[in-house]
Amino acid sequence: MTSNNSEQIEYAIEAKGLSKRFGENIAVNKLDLKIPKGSIYGFLGPNGCGKSTSIRLLTGLLEASEGDVTILGKPLQGHEESLKTRIGYMTQKFSLYDNLTVRENLDFVGAIYGFAGKRKKARIEELLALYDLEKQTKQFAGSMSGGQKQRLALACATLHSPELLFLDEPTSAVDPENRREFWERLFDLCAAGTTILVSTHYMDEAERCHALAIMEEGNKRADGSPQALMESMSATVVEVSGNKLRQLKQTLTDHPDILSAAQIGAHLRVLVKKKVHDPLLFISELSNGRESILARPSLEDVFVTCTGERYVD
Amino acid sequence: MWIRVYAIFIKELKQLSRDRMTFGMIIMIPLVQLMLFGYAINTDARHIPVGLVDLSQTAESRAVEQALVATQSVDFIARYRSIKEAEVAITQGEIRAALYLPSDMTRRLFNHPLYDHKQLDSALTLPIGQWIVDGSDTVIASTIRALRNMPLDEVANHTATRTAPSFEVVQYFNPEQRTVVNIVPGLVAVILTMTMILFTSAAIVREHEHGNMEFLITTPVRSMELMIGKIAPYVLVGLLQVAIILSVGHWMFSVPIQGSFLSLLGGSILFIFASLTLGLVLSTIAKTQLQATQMTIFILLPSILLSGFMFPYDAMPVAAQWIAEALPVTHFMRMIRAIALRDASLLLLGKDALWLGLFTIGGIIIASLRFKKKLG
Repeated sequence: MTSNNSEQIEYAIEAKGLSKRFGENIAVNKLDLKIPKGSIYGFLGPNGCGKSTSIRLLTGLLEASEGDVTILGKPLQGHEESLKTRIGYMTQKFSLYDNLTVRENLDFVGAIYGFAGKRKKARIEELLALYDLEKQTKQFAGSMSGGQKQRLALACATLHSPELLFLDEPTSAVDPENRREFWERLFDLCAAGTTILVSTHYMDEAERCHALAIMEEGNKRADGSPQALMESMSATVVEVSGNKLRQLKQTLTDHPDILSAAQIGAHLRVLVKKKVHDPLLFISELSNGRESILARPSLEDVFVTCTGERYVD
Repeated sequence: MWIRVYAIFIKELKQLSRDRMTFGMIIMIPLVQLMLFGYAINTDARHIPVGLVDLSQTAESRAVEQALVATQSVDFIARYRSIKEAEVAITQGEIRAALYLPSDMTRRLFNHPLYDHKQLDSALTLPIGQWIVDGSDTVIASTIRALRNMPLDEVANHTATRTAPSFEVVQYFNPEQRTVVNIVPGLVAVILTMTMILFTSAAIVREHEHGNMEFLITTPVRSMELMIGKIAPYVLVGLLQVAIILSVGHWMFSVPIQGSFLSLLGGSILFIFASLTLGLVLSTIAKTQLQATQMTIFILLPSILLSGFMFPYDAMPVAAQWIAEALPVTHFMRMIRAIALRDASLLLLGKDALWLGLFTIGGIIIASLRFKKKLG
């Protein structure tokens, strides 16, 4: 009905000054977002940084304290119910019924979304095949493995083919193998035109997103594509090798122009503030002439740079 | 709309049938309560342990004792030499009452105006003995009190010169005055209150606690659909319990079921709906299942005590009657007893039926309004 209309909308999610307070505690602070249609957008941050709260605000599960949200071209406020047929949500905790079988869960969710008869049956068969659950149709959801539960949850969240899909830490209970597969499925959905907002605390997952926001204590510290974030990083990465790295780490960490020093195998990965003009020389002086080279920044470096006490704007 | 209500209904029914504990309780609660109330609990006190202080020691005093034992109201389990000893035994709780027969009991008996034909206007109107009763338990006290005018014709060897009673009493509906006849229909009301409110008060809370609600409220399901779908399966559960209590009560305790099937069904459904919506309202207030259970008990106690189940409604003070009127169970207590025992039709009980209906509609509206599709 609105397909023609929605083609013209550039952004699936637009948020301006979105805030949520729980009493004195500010869970989300003046969040601005512009998420283009058809992209996978990530919320990266530690536990308690406001990722889940942001997602709940954007789905209309929580009432915002301040700010405006536009979802799929419609203001969220006042359109919560009509938008519910157009968005899907996969919760952090498994939220289907443990004492119903896979098929019963799908049947239930299908009926809730108004599917009936042959249309429902066909859609469920399609999903069972797509998410590799055909052998588990009679198994109780509670007795399935983490990966199977996650696939069932995704099947239920996408049963009604939503235009916008919210995933709250979808891979926290899943092994790396299943995580890879899961992301392949997300890219399939994305290729079919679904906009996906996913929260995670895994760097490798964040790196797969088209764009992401780094969150800390309810604030958005940085956003952009992983590439742009790494390029525009406000620190230089220097790798130092040699012996007695533990002592060196202590000396380096105490220096105000050094954001962080972390040991990775046989070398220290040091983040030096951009204002230091010759970081190699700077490190060499500090480390009594140990060997050091410039390294390519990673998303983790970006994360470290823009979070923590010493983060630089 | 009905697709969704039906989906929730089927889902609840399946979950219920897989929860063996809950399913067992649905059957066991009415059966156990029925046995307890049917056999164990009886407000006609019998075989009360009492003592005897017999200072008369005559054939007549022994005859009085035997006449009392024959009533089955009391059992003489001890003898005492003085009133003092009997009082100590009552304080200790060995006996609940003691009968004192003075040394001149025989003379008192034959001079008693009831048995003394010759001296009709005798000045001596002394009682022939005295009961000392532990009056703290009113049921026991009233049972002993009832012995006050016990006829002693055989003892006195005389037919009493008794006048005709002022009133004749005909006991309709329960001529043998068996407690169980009144208890069993009342039990329907109490058990339904208990199970219906308990099940539904946990219904919404459970979805929250298991994390299902977070998903459910991002779907297009409406509050009203969720509420109706959630309570519908329990209507069947409630009717099953009504059937269990009334049929077991009928076969085991010969409680007569006079009313028509339709009136019974209609009345029960009205009350089941009212109780379920009350549970739903509680469910939207409670944050955890424990809180829901506590609130259920908060409602359950006045329901048992004020509804007229154990104590007559008419004997309560006006304030208590107002509280009782607010509880659905009071209305159903009147209805089920009227229908089951007195063959009253539902139309005859229109006021109570109407009240239950309004309560249900009001409850559903309040629950739907209170249940916001929001978290936190």
